Order: sequence, then structure tokens, then C-alpha cells
Amino acid sequence: MKTIIKTGVLAAAAAVLAAGLAAPALARDLTVVSWGGNYQDGQREIYFKPYAEKTGKPVLDESWDGGIGVLQSKVKAGAPNWDAVQVEAEELALGCSDGLFEKIDWDKMGGKDRFLDSAVNDCGVGAIVWSTAIAYDGDKIAEGPNSWADFWNVEKFPGKRGLRKGPKYTLEFALMADGVSKDEVYDVLSTDEGVERAFKKLDELKPHIVWWESGAQPLQFLASGEVAMTSAYNGRITGINRTEGKNFKVVWPGSIYAVDSWVVLKDAENKDAAQDFIAFASQPENQAKLPEYVAYGLPVKEAAAKVPADLAKDLPTEPANMPEAISLNTDFWIDNSETLTQRFNAWLAQ
Amino acid sequence: MSARASRTGRSLFLLAPLLLFLAGFFVWPLFSMMSQAVSDTAVLRLLPQSAEVLAGWDRKSPPTPEMQTALIADLKAVEDTQALGDMVRRLNSARSGFRTLMSKTTSALSDEADPPADLVSIDKRWERPEFWLAIADALSPLTDRNLLAAVDLGRNADGEIEHLPADQSVNRVILVRTFWISALVTFACIAIGYPYAIIAASLSGWKRDVMLAAVLLPLWTSLLVRTAAWFILLQEQGLINDVLQMLGLTSGPVQLIFNRTGVVIAMTHVLLPFMVLPIYSVLITIPKNLMPAAASLGAHPLRAFLRVLLPLSLRGVAAGSLLVFISAIGYYITPALIGGPGDQMISSIIAFYAIGSANWGMAGALGVVLLAATLVLYSVYARLSADEPGRR
Repeated sequence: MKTIIKTGVLAAAAAVLAAGLAAPALARDLTVVSWGGNYQDGQREIYFKPYAEKTGKPVLDESWDGGIGVLQSKVKAGAPNWDAVQVEAEELALGCSDGLFEKIDWDKMGGKDRFLDSAVNDCGVGAIVWSTAIAYDGDKIAEGPNSWADFWNVEKFPGKRGLRKGPKYTLEFALMADGVSKDEVYDVLSTDEGVERAFKKLDELKPHIVWWESGAQPLQFLASGEVAMTSAYNGRITGINRTEGKNFKVVWPGSIYAVDSWVVLKDAENKDAAQDFIAFASQPENQAKLPEYVAYGLPVKEAAAKVPADLAKDLPTEPANMPEAISLNTDFWIDNSETLTQRFNAWLAQ
Repeated sequence: MSARASRTGRSLFLLAPLLLFLAGFFVWPLFSMMSQAVSDTAVLRLLPQSAEVLAGWDRKSPPTPEMQTALIADLKAVEDTQALGDMVRRLNSARSGFRTLMSKTTSALSDEADPPADLVSIDKRWERPEFWLAIADALSPLTDRNLLAAVDLGRNADGEIEHLPADQSVNRVILVRTFWISALVTFACIAIGYPYAIIAASLSGWKRDVMLAAVLLPLWTSLLVRTAAWFILLQEQGLINDVLQMLGLTSGPVQLIFNRTGVVIAMTHVLLPFMVLPIYSVLITIPKNLMPAAASLGAHPLRAFLRVLLPLSLRGVAAGSLLVFISAIGYYITPALIGGPGDQMISSIIAFYAIGSANWGMAGALGVVLLAATLVLYSVYARLSADEPGRR
């Protein structure tokens, strides 16, 4: 009896081992990587599942938290296990110049004219326009803040403030709070005196700041009353209002918007299928469904036109939300990110 | 003789999986981390002609036409965009601005119809010696730049080692803080874990099982989940503050989160099993009749503990402390979520260089410094525990 069991176990082990060894020879399914949370849940409903049904092949989806180092090490190791990845503007610029991404077949996407200018790149197709803005609880503060100067004003609005840990966005916000006009923010920040000025302004608020790192944190802080107001991603703010019946407000003046793009990793196994998938996700009738799930702006012009007005009012691309907002300057950040992050970490530790 | 040789051969064969594992997952990564920290070939291998010309440059004056021609020739010869990316990353890390400068330059150089006369005509920044200095400094295949920067040092224009300005680099402060938090957590784990293990070892049957399960169950739960749970408990309107105020112990909420207190509480909870289990495993090997024997000879319980149980169980405490301390040094998630800006540990800095900016040299150098500091501490510990009286 004992020997039978033993043989059985051995056979099973051998089978598992053989399956494990044979697996790399099988083709990997198309793997799409996005930012998780309610955003990816929405994408799954309108892009991943319908595309899998259309092609009859499964689509795997994973999520990540960004970082050019992650993509670089995957591509350098050869045969990356991701195909289509949604990246931020900075990663797009860095990865494209470093040869980490495949070139986009724009004919497949239906031509560059269908997209906003900022959504067109040799290596990437714009997926969403999203914004980082001040959020506060409309049930707790009746007359809310209107600007970054208000955000800095702890006498008028007592309570802690939430900001994303890192120099990106934080320095821009500090300069706007210090009275720099929105059009001059990056001109000022490009000088040593400007950086000095931003850190000096941050010194004022430092004792009141709670730093966050992942996108869900600031809303949790706001809901629990840990902070009176915070910077947050606009899609998350609208999302929590819809799902949990909150009354969180977005302050559009002084918000910074940026475009996230789809890229295809260099020499990925399913690189052609990945481009087909991106084309599918860029079709107006598919993309127009996104604002039902999450309040991000759409880079395909036709899709943006199809969004009903009650949903469109929460999007960063809505004309009423645009006048006082600025666009993230990617060139500035790819040049200065490392130096300013070092400096920011030093400032934090002091 | 041959029998012994074959026995050696057989034991080597049996050891082979272990040796291969150690070589593949321990020696090689360590070696590559260290070599990443000091190797610096990203620029040299792409710019051989510039390297020759720059050797004769006085490092101060504006670039000569020869330097520009050599660099243009080198850049035109580059075909591997990933290698170019490595070079640009290395240069931009030494001088901000190389990113946009290089992409502008390479796209201008690839313009066949209207070739630029020289680099300065593409971008004025090429006139400035500091950009050329960054290239010249990056041409030696080995560098101490990363290792120096990891401890807040750098070389000035004359090549002398000097302190980096305090507003630019605080790795030393963060390194000291990392060790200090780890030490606090280790002490807290001893203070809670040691009595816990003594009680668990003195019990039997289901009571002991329950106590051990209470230690083991959290160990099987994801670190992230436990950290998030502490977040909910510790926050201003959290359970702990509510209970404290309900009992009238405090008038307002106590700040338990985004500070050192929260980090130490959460990390102690997460790491406690690594203290309890080694101590427990030593304690159950100690004969139960030793303490009654000491009492029968007239020893006060405290004296019996200090002279009998403590020396015998110290091995477990030492093993547990090492496990806890060394695990704590590498903590990243818990300080990031529960701690404030003053509680960041060195792992978060390493993660920024590795993930955020793909600067593997700097990440490797910080890793080497952390490893070296840990080895020094370990050797001090080994020396102390070897000299300890009463041990074999």
C-alpha cells in the first residue's frame, strides 16, 4: 500500500515538474497592464472582456505602480512577460528614447488626426487625460478652497493637508501657492532660485503635511478626517462620490493634467496583438464608455464628443475645468527628476 | 583511498543542489550588485573617439572643434538605442539636462538633409564646460562616485573628496535612522516576545497550541494586510483612540500614526513571531525540573531566573534578535504607510533609485553600504556573544 502511494506521489510530482518545464514553450496570452483600482475594473468591462470575446483568445490583465526601472529590467532581461502597458507621460518619454517600446503603427490606430495632439507619440497612444487636484469634503467645509494659496492657508482652513510624497506636482503647487501665475510655473522652476522658492514655500506648510504614496490613500485620509484637504487624482474623487455617496469636491483651478499612454514593450511576444488591442481600446464607441466607470478625459476626439453632459462635467478635458489648469511639463521632469528627488528626500529628512 | 574519494564525490553530488542554489541566488546577485555599484562603462563604450580627444582637454575652457567633431562621430555611430539610453541616464544623473539635450542632439544629427555644422549650433548648452565635464568624468570604467554618494560624499572639480551639501543628500542620516528604528523594534520584540515564549513553553496541551497559533496566524497573513490593519487601528478616529477617549484616559486623540510610535508598534507586531519562535524552541529543550531544583536549594524565583533560565535561554534571544533586527533593516512598506516623513528607511531610497529612476549603480552602492554596515554590526555581535561568560 505504502509503495503504491509513494509511486503515485512520485508520478504526480513528475507530472507537475514536466508541466512546469513545458510551460515556457506554450504561447503566453496577451497581457495588458494598467493601474489597478476602480479604473482597471472599468477597463476590464469595456476593453479587456469585449476584446477577448471578439478575438476568442483570453486577455490577462495585471496592475502595476509605475517606475521606469520596472520596464527597463523587463525589457533588458529579454522576452518581457507584459505586452501592452499603460504608462505615465514621463515613462513614455524616457522609455521611448531608451528603446524600451515598440513603435506604434498609427495606421492601425486610425490615424493621428483622431487623437488630441498631446496623445500622439512615436511609441505611445494616449489612453486617458487625468488630473491631480485639490480635494476636500463638501460636507465638512461649506466654503471650500479655490486655489493653492487657500490650500496653504491653515488659519482660514484649519487641519492637516495631504500631498503626494515626491517633488513632482508638489513643487509646482508650492510655486502656485506663492503667487506664480500658472503660465510661468515651469519657467520659474527651471531656475535655481525658483527651486529655492518652492522649497521655502513648502517649509511653511511642512508641519501640517501628511504625505501619501498610493492613489487610494488621500481619499481614505479625507474620509477619516485625518486631513482637511489633500491633493488627489480626479478620477478617484469622483469615483468615491459615486460608490460611497461622499460629497468630495474637486478644485479645478491650479490642477495639473497629464496624459497616460498605452505602449507595447520592445520584443514582447504578443506585440502585434497588443497593437490590435490598443486600436480596439481607441475606438470611439469603446472609449466613450469609460466615463461611466471613472472620470478621466478621453484622448479620442470622437469618443469625447459622445460622453453625456452629466458625466462630462467631471472630466479634466471639460472646457469649463480647463482655463486655470496647467499641463504637466514632461521635459522638465525627465531632466530634473533625479536631482530634485534627492533634494526632496533631503528636505523631508531635515 | 578510492573508497574515500568516491565518498567525497558522492557527498559533493548530494551537496550540488545546495551549492548551485547558493551560487545562483546568493553569490551571483551579491556580486552583480557590488559590480553595478562601481562599474561605469555606459559612456565609455559608446564614445571611444571622444574619450581620446577629451583626455587632452584642460577641463575648464569651452569645447574645441575637435571635441565636437569626435562626439558627433561617436553619436552617429551608435545603433543600439538601449545602450544610448543607459549613457544618457548616467550623464543626466551627473548633470540634469542631458536628457533633453541628447534627444535634441541625436534627432538633429539624424537629419540628413540639413546636417548641423557643430554641436553648439544644435543647442547652446554644448558651449558650457560643465556638460563636457560630466562626459569626461564618466569615461573611466570604474568609479567610486556611487559609493561616495551613498555616504553623502562626492568629488569636486579638482577630484578631491568632499561632503555633499546637506540639502542634497541625507543618506547617512537615513542609514543611522534605519539602524535606530530596527534596534527599537528589536528591543520591543524582546520585551514582549520573551515573557510570551516563557509562558507558552510553561503551558501544555490546548493552551500552548492557542498561544502558538496566536503567534503563527499573523505570520501567515500578508504583510500589506497587517500594515493596513494597523493603519485603521492607529488613525486619529481609529479604534485605539476611540477606546482611549471612551475610557476617559485621554481628552483628545493621541497621534499614533505618521510618526515613530506607529512605525515601531506596527513593525513590532509584524516581526514578533521571529522573536517568539526561536526563544520558544530553546525554552522547550530546557528540563522542566531545573527551576524547582533551584527553588529547593533556596534560590529566590528572580535569582533562579537570572542564574538558571536566562543564561540557558539567551541563545534563543540572541538568535531571535538577529532575525528581527536584520529583517527590520530592510523594511519598506510599513514605514511608508504608517510612518511620517521622518521615518523613511533606507529601503525606500534604494527603491526610488531602482524602480523610479533605473539608476542601478546608485541602488547597488546603497545596498553595498547597508550590507557592509550590517556585517560590521554582526561581527560586533558575534564578538560580544563569544566573550559572554557562562557560554561554551
